[in-house]
Amino acid sequence: MKGKVEADHGRLVSPRRAAVYWRRLRLQPVALAGTFIFFLFLVIALLGPLIAPYDYAAQDATQRLQSPSLGHWMGTDNFGRDVFSRVLVGARDVFYLGGIGTLLAAVVGTSLGLLAGYVGRLWDEAIMRVLDVLLAFPALLLAMVLLATAGPSDLNLILVIAVLYIPMFARIARSMVLDLRTREFIEAARLRGEKRSYILFREMLPNALPPLLVEASIRFAYSIFLVASLGFLGLGVPPPNPDWGRQVNEARTFFDAAPWMLLFPAAAISLLVIGTSLMADGLRHVFGPPVARGSR
Amino acid sequence: MTGFILRRLGFVILTVLLSSVLVFGATHVLPGDVATMILGREASEQAKDSLRQELGLDRSLVVQYGSWLSDLARGDWGTSLSTGEDVRGVTLERLSNSAMLALVAFFMYVPLGIFLGVIAAWRRNSYIDQVISAGSLAFVGLPEFVTAVLLIAVFSRALHWFPSSSAIAPGTGFFSALPSLILPGLTVSLTSLAYVVRMTRAGTAEVLETDYVRTARLKGLSAGNVLFRHVLRNSLLPTVTVIAAGVGWLIGGLIVTESVFGYPGLGRLVLFAVQRRDLPLIQATTMVIVTIFALANLAADIMYALLNPRIRYR
Repeated sequence: MKGKVEADHGRLVSPRRAAVYWRRLRLQPVALAGTFIFFLFLVIALLGPLIAPYDYAAQDATQRLQSPSLGHWMGTDNFGRDVFSRVLVGARDVFYLGGIGTLLAAVVGTSLGLLAGYVGRLWDEAIMRVLDVLLAFPALLLAMVLLATAGPSDLNLILVIAVLYIPMFARIARSMVLDLRTREFIEAARLRGEKRSYILFREMLPNALPPLLVEASIRFAYSIFLVASLGFLGLGVPPPNPDWGRQVNEARTFFDAAPWMLLFPAAAISLLVIGTSLMADGLRHVFGPPVARGSR
Repeated sequence: MTGFILRRLGFVILTVLLSSVLVFGATHVLPGDVATMILGREASEQAKDSLRQELGLDRSLVVQYGSWLSDLARGDWGTSLSTGEDVRGVTLERLSNSAMLALVAFFMYVPLGIFLGVIAAWRRNSYIDQVISAGSLAFVGLPEFVTAVLLIAVFSRALHWFPSSSAIAPGTGFFSALPSLILPGLTVSLTSLAYVVRMTRAGTAEVLETDYVRTARLKGLSAGNVLFRHVLRNSLLPTVTVIAAGVGWLIGGLIVTESVFGYPGLGRLVLFAVQRRDLPLIQATTMVIVTIFALANLAADIMYALLNPRIRYR
């Protein structure tokens, strides 16, 4: 790879750095627990349908509202569907929608931010002002208005999440560029006659990755929250997909007779959001102090 | 300072105007024809055409936007497509209900958040600090609908302390509504609480490390004296901003919370409007919320500038 950056600004994943990060993470038991929860759910999301003991949509009129037992670990719902299987499979949508939405926001937002910060002037003003408008709305409200317009579907949910979170990534990337552009190694690259895209994506981006990664994990936690809230409000993934938020909403009617219908999906949402935010909080410390720049 | 406020006010107006473009744009690319939505699919093309003319839907989008905005500014917010009610009347009534709820929540989480944050900072890195920090982080992770449902299960179904539904009648006064406001208020509070705790802790911990606080302690001032006379004045600065900026979260929380408790506030009205695709209602409620949000941010900026003169000239 041409133009390897100095040790001081080394790549995020060089083996020596990875060891440092791991050592720092190990010292934070709370963050470590959060990371564990996050990856546990990730595995569940990947394997969900394979390890689910029952078909999540299979109804069984003889098994309605069964309390948790060896046969049904989390009991059954009002249609006799296995709650455990539905919770397992529900993880898939959360990671799929929130994960891809966040990823899309990160890619688009970072590119816009790098561009705004590096090209500057008119582009900077135009891009950042337009993105500011998106921040003038409370997130849930904007999501609801956009979904009312576009109609609820997987793709629209992903796009809405991306639109909501683009400004945050753009701000961080932009402030990193403003911070880095006067550094010597960028100056050197410019003098070497590197192309603008090379400087932006090969020289600046690796240095902006840690704060962006922290932001991505925070946004992912928010997106789970958002998807669940939208699902609860009836604006999320359309049935028959098992959506945790909608499951909780449907279970409210049966709370007295079958509290497990509500408690398990609710616990899954909370556990994943809490785990991911603890992980994000830990990553902030792991990547060291200079992260604070541009968090607002 | 006047210049600062005027500049900020100009920014608020600009934000609200740009948001109105977004709201108008979003509601006008709605797939589906408004005339068909009002008259139903069976209506004749003629009837739909005349309704379109009546509603001005045959004009260009720019003209429509202009007349919509001027109507909005003059207080003519239109008629709800789904209920036929005057949008302005309903929206303002629901707004005052939401304000009552927000007020109750505010008086729950702000004092408690500051209290917990100061304790965590004072005993930072101790056992109690970790409990408070991790605990408040955990509450951020609890979606409002989960908290709401659990609170109803415990305090209303099991203990019968508070009603499980907060569907108050129109025009109910604050004090007669108060019992129905406790549980929704608590629900909204738990999510916002963590932010106040974290900001207070961060601000206070930072000030506690400063030289002048060390001096104050070394010269023998009592802990309370140091805390109230020297620390809190400076440390609550970031908290003030986060409280005002938290209005966005509060509004999001209100949408969900009001829906769970059936509380007739602005949040539930937004949900109703979105579910029915009631355009005038979506537009008006959204604009009201955006305006409030922008004003809250303005208030945060002004308070921050008042408390910290260095910021004024940026």
